[in-house]
Amino acid sequence: MTQMTIRDKAYQLLIILVLLAMALAVAVPFLLTASSSFASSGELLMKGAVFWPEDWTLEAYRFLWDNEQFIQAFTNAIVITVVGTAINMTLSVLMAYGLAQPDVRGRTAVNFMVLFTMLFHGGMIPTYLVVNKLGLIDSYWSLWLVNAIMPFNMIIIRSFFQTLPKELKESARIDGCGEFKILLRIILPVSMPMLVTFTLFYAVANWNTYFQAVLYLNDSSSYPLQVFLRQVLIVNPSELSLAVTDNGFMYTPAVRHAAILLTALPLLAVYPFMQKHFSKGMMMGSVKG
Amino acid sequence: MRNALAADRSYPTGTRKERKLWKAAHLPFYLMILPGFLYFIVFKYVPMFGLLISFQRYDPFVGILDSPWVGLDNFRRLFSEQDFPLLLKNTFTFALLDICLFFPAPIVLALLLNEVRLKPFRNAVQTILYAPHFISWVVIVSLTMTLFNSQDGIVNQWLSSAGLGTIDLFTKPEWLKPMWLLQNIWQGVGWGSILYLATIASIDPALYEAAKSDGAGRFRQIWHITLPGIRYVIVVLFILRLGNFMEIGFEHIFLLQNPLNVEASDVFDTFVYRTGILQRDYSYSAVVGLFKSLVGLVLVLGANKLARKFGEEGVY
Repeated sequence: MTQMTIRDKAYQLLIILVLLAMALAVAVPFLLTASSSFASSGELLMKGAVFWPEDWTLEAYRFLWDNEQFIQAFTNAIVITVVGTAINMTLSVLMAYGLAQPDVRGRTAVNFMVLFTMLFHGGMIPTYLVVNKLGLIDSYWSLWLVNAIMPFNMIIIRSFFQTLPKELKESARIDGCGEFKILLRIILPVSMPMLVTFTLFYAVANWNTYFQAVLYLNDSSSYPLQVFLRQVLIVNPSELSLAVTDNGFMYTPAVRHAAILLTALPLLAVYPFMQKHFSKGMMMGSVKG
Repeated sequence: MRNALAADRSYPTGTRKERKLWKAAHLPFYLMILPGFLYFIVFKYVPMFGLLISFQRYDPFVGILDSPWVGLDNFRRLFSEQDFPLLLKNTFTFALLDICLFFPAPIVLALLLNEVRLKPFRNAVQTILYAPHFISWVVIVSLTMTLFNSQDGIVNQWLSSAGLGTIDLFTKPEWLKPMWLLQNIWQGVGWGSILYLATIASIDPALYEAAKSDGAGRFRQIWHITLPGIRYVIVVLFILRLGNFMEIGFEHIFLLQNPLNVEASDVFDTFVYRTGILQRDYSYSAVVGLFKSLVGLVLVLGANKLARKFGEEGVY
């Protein structure tokens, strides 16, 4: 493609404009919230949100830093995400690796069992009753165990393991390595892009968990960040600007912007570094699953 | 001895000793599968059998074994429920909006991205459009509320200063479904395009060259080469989507719902939450869940059959 005709150029321009509009529609709300979180409450009460505050202030961030509930919720979210993701990855990788062995008897049945849960499930109430029966209500184990494996993720990890050359294992086996050791020392190190991808996917799900926290946790001191944000913002839409906390503090517009940003930021900050991995990672098993 | 066994690892039909050795060599794999297997049994299959309470008047103090059976009473109650037509209508409207307007969006985006010659621009757009996939519904709904609320939201300030009046996204029921759909597209369109883009990238470039020398323009190339090239992926994703026809993103709707828009936002899921969790009417709400799951199952099996009839591979 050396020479572009005028028609080609117009065509390119049109597509670029459409895509630019879409990118702006995604980026602008975030930029607006980010800059507004540094504005003074007075300015925001007048204008709602600003692209460039008249005077920059850290007032909102200082308020959140001193707010025990926010710090507690942030810490809870980190605990839920770190432990949860570790559980997710351990169980998913072990199960996927076991099922990826061509000569394990019963693997077809187990594979079908996993696939079937993607088509039919008990739903909210029966699952709640099981969690309740196991005494997991008000414990983070409810969040960690109910979503311990996402069937779709496990299936893709399994397909990935199936694409690895058999010789990789055979040589280690001849050296007398046990299967767990082979997995840990040989298979996992060559699977890094896949592991990074799915760690990110699971971490996203854990960090963003909201409804299950509402469903299974009753003690407000154990709420994660998403539940806190919801409480800051949504009391009643018609009295939004009067959102009052339990302590009687008022969440100013700047604080609301800052809380939204801080809830979204951890994942938005990590994701660009992972991006090159996951387009590869997604493709590994999914095209022909 | 174990090494010799490793050479031929299919299940031996020979002596008992051979079988014993085979089992010993494979034990680690079964141990690896076991925790996951137990997870699926306890948290997926036990709840499935828990759906039996749909046919009971379940009492948590008595348990599922001793609760009285009531046959189809709960189903009868559901179908004669005053709100049933509304729940059905809303659920189907959300689902149809999603399938007709959200589902094609990533395909269109992938086709657009594929046409861009400017690689750095394309990469930048992709990075930005993938990002919302990592954002929770709580954040998305919060962001919308902050920017669009009717008192100090910036969008309404712009609109009213331009003399266009204001829009009450969260208090007027008629705004609920458009808002829901746009938020869905905003969050999912970029991420959804990844699989299509990757499939397009695997199409043989020689096909395009041949089409070009035959005089096919851009649109004919898209129509005759790109789209057939990704048809399999479209069909598979469509079947999977149909299987989740009734799954319309409970958390999202739950977050958007408020007393003022309930006539437009009430769906089976929110009804289940209210009757099951808040009012503890377990059996009745389980019926709603079962009804939903069954509709989904019928749809996915039907769609798969249909796909096979039209010469596609299907999912199963």
